[in-house]
Amino acid sequence: MNQIFAFLILSGILVSCMNGRINVVVNAAMSSAEAAVERAISLIAVVSLWLGIARVAEKAGLIDAMSKAIAPFFRWLFPSIPKGHPALGCILMNLSANMLGFGNAATPFGLKAMQELQSLNEHPDTASEAMCTFLAVNTSSVTLVPATIVALRSSAGSRNPSEIVGAVLFATTCSTIAAIIGDYIMRLINKKLR
Amino acid sequence: MTAEMVGAGVSWVIPLLIFVVFVYAHIKKVSIFETFVDGAREGLLMAVRLIPYLVGIYVAVGIFRESGAIDILVSLLSPILFLVKAPAEVLLLSIVRSLSGPAALGMMLEIFDTHGPDSFIGRLASTLIGSTDTTFYIIAVYFGSVGVRRTRYSIPVGLFADFVSFVASVYIVRKMF
Repeated sequence: MNQIFAFLILSGILVSCMNGRINVVVNAAMSSAEAAVERAISLIAVVSLWLGIARVAEKAGLIDAMSKAIAPFFRWLFPSIPKGHPALGCILMNLSANMLGFGNAATPFGLKAMQELQSLNEHPDTASEAMCTFLAVNTSSVTLVPATIVALRSSAGSRNPSEIVGAVLFATTCSTIAAIIGDYIMRLINKKLR
Repeated sequence: MTAEMVGAGVSWVIPLLIFVVFVYAHIKKVSIFETFVDGAREGLLMAVRLIPYLVGIYVAVGIFRESGAIDILVSLLSPILFLVKAPAEVLLLSIVRSLSGPAALGMMLEIFDTHGPDSFIGRLASTLIGSTDTTFYIIAVYFGSVGVRRTRYSIPVGLFADFVSFVASVYIVRKMF
């Protein structure tokens, strides 16, 4: 991130130097900073509203209910976790929260899941197979309701903010399937090498 | 199933989710209003904490674009961009996405402000952000939290999934809209 940030600013300044339009830099910087703060103010509305709803869902136990519903689909992904181990519960809670678009509620479950998986890990400094599978599914982002994106689109003045839900569902399904297949292949290759 | 039918269906998703959440919470006897206010307060803090990220990203992207540096990048990358049929901003966005969540969100909002959320690039940015996650950040934080140093094939698999997401997003946004 640091390199990207430096690259954007430094190359911008160098190019405007070469074009002899150095005053563009200051103007762009000032107007962008102003736009950023204006955007942040309008963000307060969206983020507060959504996190309020998310908190209600969390308190009511909706994430619990969701994790019960998806449990059968995820059992077979983690053959190395013994039946009834708390690790699986934490993984399901994390994925459920992610699916419902409550990213903030997902992280604590995710970290707890890693602790539980670490207790099953024979080599504590090396990732276990179950950890790799969990992170593959997690980072590929299993989203059913991209609520934040829809909210941000509406605050930016979109005429139909939720029109992208179908597209997100398609893309996220493709990438989750790709992650599961990729993880499976890598697991097989690793077994062969040993 | 046509794109229009899907479109009509999805405008129901969020109202329906809110409805289900409130009915479910009411049955479970959650004090809905207080809980809502509690969560909304956290939202306020989160938005305020986001301001420095937004200022940084908006300024960096603003300088990069207004100076004309982005045009040079586009002409350098044009063979790749032609191949994947995506604008340079979105390629940059997908790289930033895997590193920092707030920064990527900032960049998406910048795209909304410059090109409009209903433009091709605005829709593509929305789909991309919605269907990917901060791969490097999650892998670093999750493994770091339990002291795992050798992450084995996690990063290649994560990046592969991100790449699939990118290609799928470009394909579906071109197809649907």
